[in-house]
Amino acid sequence: MLSDDAFKKIDREIAKYPADQKQSAVMAALAIAQDENGYLAQETIAAVADYLGMAPMAAFEVASFYNMYDLAPLGRYKLTVCTNLPCALSGGVDAAEYLKQKLGIAFNETTPDGLFTLKQGECLGACGDAPVLLMNNKRMCSFMTTEAIDQLLTELRADLRGQAT
Amino acid sequence: MLDIEIDGKALQVVEGSTIIDAAHQLGTYIPHFCYHKKLSIAANCRMCLVQVEKAPKPMPACATPVTNGMKVQTHSEQAVKAQKGVMEFLLINHPLDCPICDQGGECLLQDLAVGYGASASRYQEEKRVVMNKNLGPLVATDMTRCINCTRCVRFTQEIAGLMELGQAYRGEHAEIMSFIGQTVDSELSGNIIDLCPVGALTSKPFRFSARTWELARRKSVSPHDGLGSPLIVQTKHDKVMRVLPLENEEINECWLSDKDRFSYEALNSPERLTRPMLKHGGQWIEVEWQQALDYVAHAFKDIAKNHGAAALGALLSPHATLEELHLGQKLMRGLGSGNVDFRLRQSDFSQDGQGTPWLGMKIAEIGSLDRVLVVGSFLRKDHPLIAQRLRQAVKRGAQVSLVHSADDDQLLKAHAKAIVLPSQLPQLLAQVVKCAAELKGVSVDAAITALAVSEKAKAIAESLLSGTRAAIFLGNFAQQHEQAATLQALAQLLAKITGANFGFLGEAANSVGGYVANALPGADGLNAGQMLAEPRHGYLILNAEVELDSARPLQALAALKQAATVVLLSPFKLPGALDYADVLLPVSPFSETSGSFINTEGRVQSFNAVVRPLGETRPAWKVLRVLGNLLNLPGFDQDSSEQVRAEVLGAATPTPEFVTDRLANPLSDVANNVANNVAIKLDAGPNGLERVADVAIYSADVLVRRAPSLQKTRDAASPAARMNAVTLQQCGVSAGQELRVRQGEGQAQLFAVLDAGLPDGAVRIAAAHPKVAGLAAMHGAITVEAL
Repeated sequence: MLSDDAFKKIDREIAKYPADQKQSAVMAALAIAQDENGYLAQETIAAVADYLGMAPMAAFEVASFYNMYDLAPLGRYKLTVCTNLPCALSGGVDAAEYLKQKLGIAFNETTPDGLFTLKQGECLGACGDAPVLLMNNKRMCSFMTTEAIDQLLTELRADLRGQAT
Repeated sequence: MLDIEIDGKALQVVEGSTIIDAAHQLGTYIPHFCYHKKLSIAANCRMCLVQVEKAPKPMPACATPVTNGMKVQTHSEQAVKAQKGVMEFLLINHPLDCPICDQGGECLLQDLAVGYGASASRYQEEKRVVMNKNLGPLVATDMTRCINCTRCVRFTQEIAGLMELGQAYRGEHAEIMSFIGQTVDSELSGNIIDLCPVGALTSKPFRFSARTWELARRKSVSPHDGLGSPLIVQTKHDKVMRVLPLENEEINECWLSDKDRFSYEALNSPERLTRPMLKHGGQWIEVEWQQALDYVAHAFKDIAKNHGAAALGALLSPHATLEELHLGQKLMRGLGSGNVDFRLRQSDFSQDGQGTPWLGMKIAEIGSLDRVLVVGSFLRKDHPLIAQRLRQAVKRGAQVSLVHSADDDQLLKAHAKAIVLPSQLPQLLAQVVKCAAELKGVSVDAAITALAVSEKAKAIAESLLSGTRAAIFLGNFAQQHEQAATLQALAQLLAKITGANFGFLGEAANSVGGYVANALPGADGLNAGQMLAEPRHGYLILNAEVELDSARPLQALAALKQAATVVLLSPFKLPGALDYADVLLPVSPFSETSGSFINTEGRVQSFNAVVRPLGETRPAWKVLRVLGNLLNLPGFDQDSSEQVRAEVLGAATPTPEFVTDRLANPLSDVANNVANNVAIKLDAGPNGLERVADVAIYSADVLVRRAPSLQKTRDAASPAARMNAVTLQQCGVSAGQELRVRQGEGQAQLFAVLDAGLPDGAVRIAAAHPKVAGLAAMHGAITVEAL
């Protein structure tokens, strides 16, 4: 389910809270689990809940509430485009439309080659950089004009080829 | 105390009260959905908005603490406007399906919509639809109707002890669900049906069978566990349609266990016996009452004449009413036989005459205990609502310790747990006694002081001594234990040393009543164990499936099969009895007779019949009375069950209806008890494997075994041979493998299941199930081999 390494990381998070409040580490623990497995399967959530001594449903509430947790398998690169108001006014929706057309998929879909998954996201807290998108929950991409998007896609594909050779 | 004015009426409330508490104190109704007096405050439905003076906006009454001098308007223009606004939002996504909704007529949303809803909706857009969930065989869902009040979530979390339901996703997509694909398996799950203010969670067995306004409501009392929950039985056309809790803060609060709630299905079972039957030349024929009763009277008279009255025996059920138990023992004694017993699952009777096993305190006082030791109890399954009270006590800081042979999750944070083999239980308890005695500086028996004390025993003793209000309870497992008397003596001694209350968690509805009615063997009589070990010629059985309800099923069956006459009084055509009985007399279940139960706290609860007896069924007390007349016995001329009751309890109805003064468990004799029991019996048990037997919650009595919906739950799963990893390995078997289990003369074929909560060497096999009726006894040595 999860590697020893992941549990070690979770232990570090648990250590930040009082001993009888292990479940405070649930968000961090779920993030660690997702980093390892790519998404949160039901069994993964149950394993995390069990490790933290909480009901599986309580962990599932958290996992289903926040949209950076993924409950189903994704493509290699998850692109989350912010479509909240400030981004939308500065071309966020256009960026999403361009990505849809470019990748040939709609929101919440994955390209047939399993490379890209497109998601609609909430405010990323960088309205000044609009339009913004987030790659794999970790990398923030600002000013995503069509050129910037093309460049990102090319870079990611090249990156992958680089890894393959 | 704080001064508050609600709608112009001034009152004082205690500090920490909320506005809704204050309003209830005044009798003012504030509309609400998510608020419930027994659950935490969520304040998420917003229906209880009220106007508070100097507050800029309406405040939720359920979550706003009263401050001194607060002035609240619950029905002012601002308040009502806010409430109407909330109602409009609640109705946006709520389907307009009241005519086909089971909640119709008893729906909080429907009721409040009359007061606060508009006649037409302004909402033109698409309504949200939520997929239904399968929560198991008891609770039906229509999740689109859900208004997300989260009462059910808070119930599973706070009262039932495990958060089986939750609110997943968010915003408009938020929905109540169980963890994907799982059912709600709590033994208290039915309460979420009562809690749901709309028709999202309804009763699966009751679904679409009647409308609330067609039902007559009658009070009754649960015939199952020792708690004796008061019930509202709802009937239509002389048929029990549904059972709901009758609120009593001192017994069940506002809850009901699923066993009490859904066992009514058995009352309408096709297995009901509706006419007296006689076995004639191996064939069962239906006969008139007169003929059947004459036959019984003659048969009993013949046996008494030819073999002596001691050749007769009566095995009564602890689920029978006080009146039935009284007349049953009176009949036997009238015939000259002292062989009467109702403690069918007990196997150690050496404590007889030492008082009555009762709780030793009020049920309501359990919540105020701060130190508790429960010995030998499958707490949650045997006593769902007492477990719930202990769970609340733990939340308030009480320490509950458990001594048992199986580490089932009781869904409460136990302070210390000692899980040992059944044969080691007395030893372990003795260790606790030793430790407590040392801490208190009291001297105890040499057999006890010789023991080495384990860490766990020490922790338990220290916990018991550190509190101010402690109690020690013996559960069903301890009462059914082969050394029940030793356990009792040790627990009593421990109670005496620690100053704790001593009591028993009563197994059945009338576990106390049987003692009060003296349905016990006299000085010359045989107890339930002896009656089956030394077969009689004639048996009178009331409301029991002896081959399942007895401590030694094989022996019981053999004794009944060899008997010349077995008379069974039962509401059901019991499959085993069709083989060994000679007469079947259809008698009323609790819903069709008047009677009384005395619950584990010694509270007498009398009830009336809620429906007419089915077919030719007659109340058992009447049948026994007529039998008494036919046998020309004196003292069988009662006209009503009240007269029978008066014979037992005295003419005046005790007020309040407690008989606790009759139930003493004298702590003064403790020293003798210990001397007599402990020194001899503190030795180790059999080498090799030992059986641990629980009586599964839904096979505990004749009624629940025939309730189809309860039988579909996970708790009703067929028995398996449960062992921990060490034991499995020791036996050379693996989990999932089919095994042959041998015990005494008998055997059974069961699947092996891994259960980490068992001590090494224990094989846990549930009792009271036809599949394991071939095993010799509920305890003792057992062998396991792979098939």
